[in-house]
Amino acid sequence: MRIKLEARPEPSRLMGWMSPVIAALATLVVGFALFSGLGKNPFEAFQVFFVKPVETLYGFGELLLKATPLTLCAVGLAAGYRANVWNIGAEGQLTLGAICGGGVALAFPESSSAWILPSMIVAGALGGMAWAAIPAWLRTRFNANEILVSLMLVYVAGLLLSLLVHGAWRDPEGFNFPQSKMFADVALLANLLPQTRLHVGFLIALAVVAAGWIFMSKSLMGFQMRVAGLAPAAANYAGISASRTVWAGMLIGGATAGLAGVCEVAGPIGQLLPSVSPGYGFAAIIVAFVGRLHPLGILLASLLMSLLYLGGESAQMALALPSAVTGLFQGTLLFFLLAADVLINYRVKIVRAAPVPVIRPAPG
Amino acid sequence: MDALVPRLQLSGISKTYPSVVANADVDLSVLPGEIHAVLGENGAGKSTLMKIIYGVVKPDSGSIRWNGKPVTIASPARARALGIGMVFQHFSLFETLTVAENIALALDRDIARSELDARIREVSERYGLPLDPRRHIHSMSVGERQRVEIVRCLLQAPQLLIMDEPTSVLTPQAVLKLFETLRLLAQEGCSILYISHKLDEIRALCQKATVLRAGRVTGTCDPRQETSSGLARLMIGADLPHPHHRDARTRGDGELIVDALSLAADDPFGTDLVDVDLTVRGGEIVGIAGVSGNGQNELMAALSGERTLERADAIMLNGEPVARLDAARRRALGLAFVPEERMGRGAVPELSLADNALLTAHRQELTRRGLIRTDAVIAYAQAVINQFRVKAPGPDTVARSLSGGNLQKFIVGREILQGPRVMIAAQPTWGVDVGASAQIRQALIDLRDEGVAVLVVSEELDELFEICDRIVVIARGRLSVSKQTRRTNAEEIGLLMSGSFIADKSTPDRGIENEARAH
Repeated sequence: MRIKLEARPEPSRLMGWMSPVIAALATLVVGFALFSGLGKNPFEAFQVFFVKPVETLYGFGELLLKATPLTLCAVGLAAGYRANVWNIGAEGQLTLGAICGGGVALAFPESSSAWILPSMIVAGALGGMAWAAIPAWLRTRFNANEILVSLMLVYVAGLLLSLLVHGAWRDPEGFNFPQSKMFADVALLANLLPQTRLHVGFLIALAVVAAGWIFMSKSLMGFQMRVAGLAPAAANYAGISASRTVWAGMLIGGATAGLAGVCEVAGPIGQLLPSVSPGYGFAAIIVAFVGRLHPLGILLASLLMSLLYLGGESAQMALALPSAVTGLFQGTLLFFLLAADVLINYRVKIVRAAPVPVIRPAPG
Repeated sequence: MDALVPRLQLSGISKTYPSVVANADVDLSVLPGEIHAVLGENGAGKSTLMKIIYGVVKPDSGSIRWNGKPVTIASPARARALGIGMVFQHFSLFETLTVAENIALALDRDIARSELDARIREVSERYGLPLDPRRHIHSMSVGERQRVEIVRCLLQAPQLLIMDEPTSVLTPQAVLKLFETLRLLAQEGCSILYISHKLDEIRALCQKATVLRAGRVTGTCDPRQETSSGLARLMIGADLPHPHHRDARTRGDGELIVDALSLAADDPFGTDLVDVDLTVRGGEIVGIAGVSGNGQNELMAALSGERTLERADAIMLNGEPVARLDAARRRALGLAFVPEERMGRGAVPELSLADNALLTAHRQELTRRGLIRTDAVIAYAQAVINQFRVKAPGPDTVARSLSGGNLQKFIVGREILQGPRVMIAAQPTWGVDVGASAQIRQALIDLRDEGVAVLVVSEELDELFEICDRIVVIARGRLSVSKQTRRTNAEEIGLLMSGSFIADKSTPDRGIENEARAH
């Protein structure tokens, strides 16, 4: 007897809905074993992981706050991924967004103009796009692999930010800490919910989700980019320009990552620090795929990812679990989510081995 | 061995896939030394049946007797051990390896290389299929590659040889050669299962035919006693529609003019185009004949805009130089193109028919300010489905789920409804069943009668003779002088296909136009 995966004639709608449920159940089973094995009460652990972080209004605000940069980055990345444009460098584009947006705020420290914030947002998006334009240009001009180039530029971006906050942009009154001055009040995103840190950036993320949905599902260009991803020969046949697809895919990802960066520094951080992101740009890659490259799915996946971040922290504090265990648990859930999606296009079939008949070759 | 015991006997074979019944209660009996045709439209279940015999697919029910004894054929290795050989329609050869290396890979046991070389020479010469075991596959023509496949089977001394549409890639002369080989094999007692939808060939070669329609046997007959239309009736269950063909009424100097086009192939095993000249006027169908791999793909890519050229006026589309424009801009100027590959090029398999309509037809007011007008897209796809009788539940159907012939009808219809001035179709009926083929050919003729310039590339000479006003031949990347269809014949075109025109042709196409204009 063996187990076989058999392609379905068409994708199963039922499994489209069931696969996250299956993944959640499988994760609970593994989590149960994991926490039991570590000598913790699994029910308590689940409560700490999934319920405790959002019990308070502040916790709920944190959930949306952390989902904001994840959503922003992932929607932009998904536009590219659908077209087989593999931008792995959202983290770097986010950093450039923070530098450019923050640069505007630092350039006008005394200004009280209402135009400061919009200018920062535009500068942030443009910064992210500029950073993404480098791999796009190298890919279309020299056929350089955009995965490698965009990834390597993450580290360049990090060092650039570090250079600035250690040098030119360091706060002279900051006791030599590597950080910029605090931004003026007009350069900060307004609070959205009292007693939380949630800010207007969340609304920007929702707007990007809506715009992303319209672009991907309703626009001719979004359709053409999808064709380029599904069947490059068909795209070439229909005259869909391959280089335009690469440019669009990279620049959209760069723009939203740049927005995420400026929303972080003009939101919860309020200044430039040597590090402005705990890896949102990388986590967004997972979020994009868990969300099945669909803007609404991405919004839900960002909330899940955000909850896992918060749950991991609370598990470290409340249960004294090492951070590696929380990482393991997060990875398990994401693994099952992606694995269960196989069931949408395939069904499991159990094949009983047929008895092998003995045949003699025919005479002659 | 008793000659009355069938070499192979299938009884009650059924096979059902999740969405289709491929074979239902099929009986088939092949005698030793018999050349037996399996005839049927695409999707009639021929390939599934052959895969069952060759052990690739397991039947749901039914039994197989081999030389009178019941057997279960669980794998191709098992089939080969029994003495069944199969030559597939699509070759499975490694291009970078030699003939002998390819054959060694397929043998189920080890054999010394020098001995193998000797046996390849011996077998290939005995059956009139000369082969050099040391040659690399990539340097061989398609006909020669087929020889490798056949010799590979013959080395196993098969008692039954399955040939899956073997002539679709051969010149008329090579087909005759192949038939000699098959007859010789049959005389030696080897049974041959010959799968084809070319009725004339079956009548010339086979002693018996089993006809399949929609997975069931609709009859067995002696094809030598039947007319082609009689066989066709068994195959499609109705009389074949005959395309009607008026005299060409051409207009203009040429909607599509190719002038001294040379292009290096971008694939190392491709064919460079050399100094190609071609004119297609409105209201005529020009056919390009040739054995595949002689530059057809390169020419199609250059004409469609999938590859752009340096010199803009190498290709003129109704008077405008377009050679530097991409496919989309050429379409905007009135070009429509049906490519050879349907899945993945002419259509995106994962997308619905509506989305596939949008792929090339979005200029037909299917978008507004960059946003897709879903209703208009669905209406357009529905119009294609209705007018071209595409068998599909509706515009939401995923392209992948359509049979080859139906998808081709959809692609042809999608291109025609855009109202092109120039229509290019590559292998428009390749692998398409007889009924759908007739429909597609008629659609091309209707287009011509409306004054559209039509260019058709096909390996099937019968098709070109049926629909074209002029025929040119492509060989080794060069185009021959064009011939008026009515003043030439298969022998002449076949000779050109072997490249006979190349040496003595210094100024390629000037002569053609003079000749063509004289009529």
